[in-house]
Amino acid sequence: MRLELEPRVLRSRWATAAISAGSMLLGLVAGAAVLALAGVNPVEAYAAILRASILGGAYAISDTLVKATPLLLCGLGCAVAFRARLWNVGAEGQLLLGAWAATGVASFWLPAGTPAPLMLTAMALAGCLAGALWAGIAGWLKASLEVNEVITSLMLVYVAQRLLAFFIFGRWSEAGFPLTPVFPRSAWLPRLSDLDSFSGLTVHLGLAVALAACLGVWLAMSRSIWGFEIRLLGDSPSAARYAGLPVARRIVGTMLVAGALAGLAGMLEVAGVGHRLQDRFSPGYGFIAIAVAWLGRLHPVGVLASALVFSALLVGAKEVQPAGIAQMLQGAVMLVAVAGDFLVRYRVRLVTGEVRAT
Amino acid sequence: VSAPGAIGFVENLLAAGVSRGTPILLAAVGELLAERSGVLNLGVEGMMLLGAAVGYAVAHATGCLALGFFAAMAATALLSSAHAFVSVTLGGDQVVSGLGLGFFGAGLAAVVGADLVGVTGVPRAPAVEVELLARIPIVGPALFAQNAVVYVGIGVAALAWAYLYRTRWGLKLRAVGDNPTAADAQGVRVGLLRHLHVAAGGALAGLGGASLSLAITPGWVDGMTAGIGWIAVGLVIFGGWDPLRVALGAYLFGAIRRLPLDLQGLDGLPFLKNPSLGYFLDMLPYLFTIAVLVVAGLSRFRKRFAAPAALGTAFVRGERGR
Repeated sequence: MRLELEPRVLRSRWATAAISAGSMLLGLVAGAAVLALAGVNPVEAYAAILRASILGGAYAISDTLVKATPLLLCGLGCAVAFRARLWNVGAEGQLLLGAWAATGVASFWLPAGTPAPLMLTAMALAGCLAGALWAGIAGWLKASLEVNEVITSLMLVYVAQRLLAFFIFGRWSEAGFPLTPVFPRSAWLPRLSDLDSFSGLTVHLGLAVALAACLGVWLAMSRSIWGFEIRLLGDSPSAARYAGLPVARRIVGTMLVAGALAGLAGMLEVAGVGHRLQDRFSPGYGFIAIAVAWLGRLHPVGVLASALVFSALLVGAKEVQPAGIAQMLQGAVMLVAVAGDFLVRYRVRLVTGEVRAT
Repeated sequence: VSAPGAIGFVENLLAAGVSRGTPILLAAVGELLAERSGVLNLGVEGMMLLGAAVGYAVAHATGCLALGFFAAMAATALLSSAHAFVSVTLGGDQVVSGLGLGFFGAGLAAVVGADLVGVTGVPRAPAVEVELLARIPIVGPALFAQNAVVYVGIGVAALAWAYLYRTRWGLKLRAVGDNPTAADAQGVRVGLLRHLHVAAGGALAGLGGASLSLAITPGWVDGMTAGIGWIAVGLVIFGGWDPLRVALGAYLFGAIRRLPLDLQGLDGLPFLKNPSLGYFLDMLPYLFTIAVLVVAGLSRFRKRFAAPAALGTAFVRGERGR
């Protein structure tokens, strides 16, 4: 009796989805083991996470959806880049820059009396542009000099954090506090709690924007020539080159799109949640997005599903001490998911009886 | 021993650079060993954090410094073996597996370190001064009046160099990283060698982290590595996968991390005391990392210092590399 491995020629979509879900569960089980070792009761921890994020009623679900919005957008950005095998791990920096530019537009660069539609559009454009440029630096260096984009995009996160600190603590600080003045009302995204019957529900229009972006990315990746070229570039760079694809331009373009999505997430976060730029307003959305994109198998629908799961984990983990547990679980889930890829690539069979001659 | 004026400034900067560069050096040489075997490990930052937390926790609990360092190395060697299992044994994507490993390590470090913030009475690695030699102007304090871990770092870099270029095992390692198919045909056990070097690389990252929390900047603060694990990954590229060049690069980075502090302490340049400038001076190490990668990316450097040819690809006997 022995195990036999057989490479799969056709990879079933359902098997892939099942393995993704399975690795999510297995990752959580692995996380539970570590929690137990660290002296935390895993059952209580997971129950607290579920209560705070889903089972706690409308408010809990609303919280989860609010946090899912930036995760979805950043996750889409990462997914587009990863599909082209561009390892954009700097979505966090792009999100920060997007939030910074949107804040500049709302509080400093446009008059407070600007009508809301114009104001919000300008903020969104500024956010996208800033995020795109930030990601574009890493893309351009990759395309022109083959500089490793993992390192550059990540280093730019640290640079972005310090740039924002300069504005939040110094230049734009309100009375020395680590936050900027509150935006004029025209720069606030409408949210459910604006209606009387939904008071307390903080879901904002950004969720609809993110869902639209999800649809847009799906159309672009699966139905457009650009999307085909990106996928070709990811699957076989040499084939893309022989086919005459302008590889350098596609690399830069992909990074611009990824950065714009993350920058938009930053804009929506300040316009829909904080209504000002605050220190540490992002709990690391851009980093979690890496796991979101990978668990979603780089497919927009999958990214949507995993954004919801990770958002629940993020909302719930606030209730669990010590801090760091959420991040640990994310890592465990990612590792198990990559390990699970093995089952997507190979069929494992238990062979009994005589060993075949090969 | 401190000389006045410009010489004193350079002397201090060099000494601080070597000291602050040591954790980066240890982690970078570890990453170099893994990459030479063909495995990219992007979890360095998380492993350093875990090493720092575990080292500090164990030294605190037992009062024994050596046990702290040992536990840190064991924990990170074990952790990086998970990456080796996923990416070598199962042939999974090295980039994502490494990132996952990094998240896991950073999160676990926060869990381990939750009760360690602000504890006192933890032993600290001693400073060791070599009499007379430490009095050599400019380089004396940098090389001969340092914490014990600095000498360990120099030893690790030298040993790694000798191992890579002067031993049969080093030759096999380089063959595995450049052409695993050929190495396999020669009877070299590709998978085993990769496992061992990923684990050794993890142990060195843990040692680097522990050298932070137990020697260079004693204490535990969540996120205390502040990106130096990533700088270490960048340095391996900048150093052309050569341990000695990587070590020099690490010291250079140590100096750059220290430079803002030293500059703001100068009396003659009042504009440097502007607090806003601090934010921008803090960007220097990160911007400099990008700058050195750009230099390493220029074609005439790229030809001389090439990456291991099979870096990042899984080896499956009888299958062409992906």
